[in-house]
Amino acid sequence: MTTERHIDHDSPMHQFVIGRLSDWQIGGLDISFSKAAAFMIAAVIVVTLFLTLTTSRRAMVPGRWQSVAELWYEFIANMIKETIGTEGRKYFPFVFTIFSFIVICNLVGMLPYSYTVTSHIAVTITLALAVFILVTVIGLTRHGLHFLSFFVPKGVPAVMLLLVVPIEVLSYFMRPISHSVRLFANMTAGHTMLKVFGGFVVQMGIFGVLPFALIVALTGLEIAIAVLQAYVFTILTCLYLNDAIHLEH
Amino acid sequence: MPQFWMEDFAPQMLWLVISFVALYLLMARVALPRVADVLESRSDRIADDLDQAEQLKQQAETVIAEYEAALAEARAEAQATLAQHAAEAAAAAEQRNAEVAERLAAEANAAAERIAAAKNEALAELRGVAAELAQAAAERLIDAEVPSATVEQAVDAAMREAG
Repeated sequence: MTTERHIDHDSPMHQFVIGRLSDWQIGGLDISFSKAAAFMIAAVIVVTLFLTLTTSRRAMVPGRWQSVAELWYEFIANMIKETIGTEGRKYFPFVFTIFSFIVICNLVGMLPYSYTVTSHIAVTITLALAVFILVTVIGLTRHGLHFLSFFVPKGVPAVMLLLVVPIEVLSYFMRPISHSVRLFANMTAGHTMLKVFGGFVVQMGIFGVLPFALIVALTGLEIAIAVLQAYVFTILTCLYLNDAIHLEH
Repeated sequence: MPQFWMEDFAPQMLWLVISFVALYLLMARVALPRVADVLESRSDRIADDLDQAEQLKQQAETVIAEYEAALAEARAEAQATLAQHAAEAAAAAEQRNAEVAERLAAEANAAAERIAAAKNEALAELRGVAAELAQAAAERLIDAEVPSATVEQAVDAAMREAG
């Protein structure tokens, strides 16, 4: 396995190596600490410190940073209110954690020499599966077997149901795949592209100014994508939760 | 691609679960209640301020209403006083008119009585003169001495006939 795992240091893909820092095993389970784990924990610390420190003054008229914390809170609160409604309040901490974790991991990944946690399918599929399992459990506990009617669209002729029901079931089970691959692919593609153009800057000598200008523009775009993809992941989470809670199809 | 190195999946997922659960607990127990508290106390404060403003507005309106009521009352009182005085003046004028009218009537009556008396006196005198004249005429013309009573009776009848 180790031979397969070698990757050239100059490769644009080298940035995605999780960078093991220890080699811990418990009962055959690999729990090695790595750069990836360090950045996940960093994201937890950044989010927590930001939200607690900015609100420590509890100012009536918020300062710049407290306003950011409040906007952040209200952004997710409004998203839930608009997509799910009042029943969504229960899931607010979960949705808020999803958004905050992803957006901070994405943005921290934009810093030079850092690592992007969300560029790994292992991470995004775990998040997507957590959402998928939560949504399915909510659907089944709230509606029981009636939840299965979700796969049977109203007003479809009986003959067509033979075709439609399997498609609905398949699309339901495809959700965690599309949900996770969208984020992983965006992060991987963006960072790879930046690295590739970075290589061009070095190779092209004086003409490297052109790819350098492109990198500046792409970096702006990537920051926008970092926020946008976190938003997309979160709003999809909300929509899936809404499906399970309201069973409207 | 390092993303498909299967042996890296387990440690990543494990640390993801640990950090995600930690973040969830920190958010749910610490950070979110804190932000919610700030937002809530602000909206409470704004609601309080609005309430207070509303109260002050109502107070001001009460004061204005009281002032207007007092003004209206004063105006009504002034009008009432004016009306009373006007009525009193009218009554006094009426009374004076009545008194004057009464006095004039009394004077007119007295004058009429005096006239009547003078007339009666004049008539009485006339009767006497007429009677004496008639007696003297009768004596002179027919040389008959008519008794005064008869002459007076005749004069009376003639005067009654003349009205």
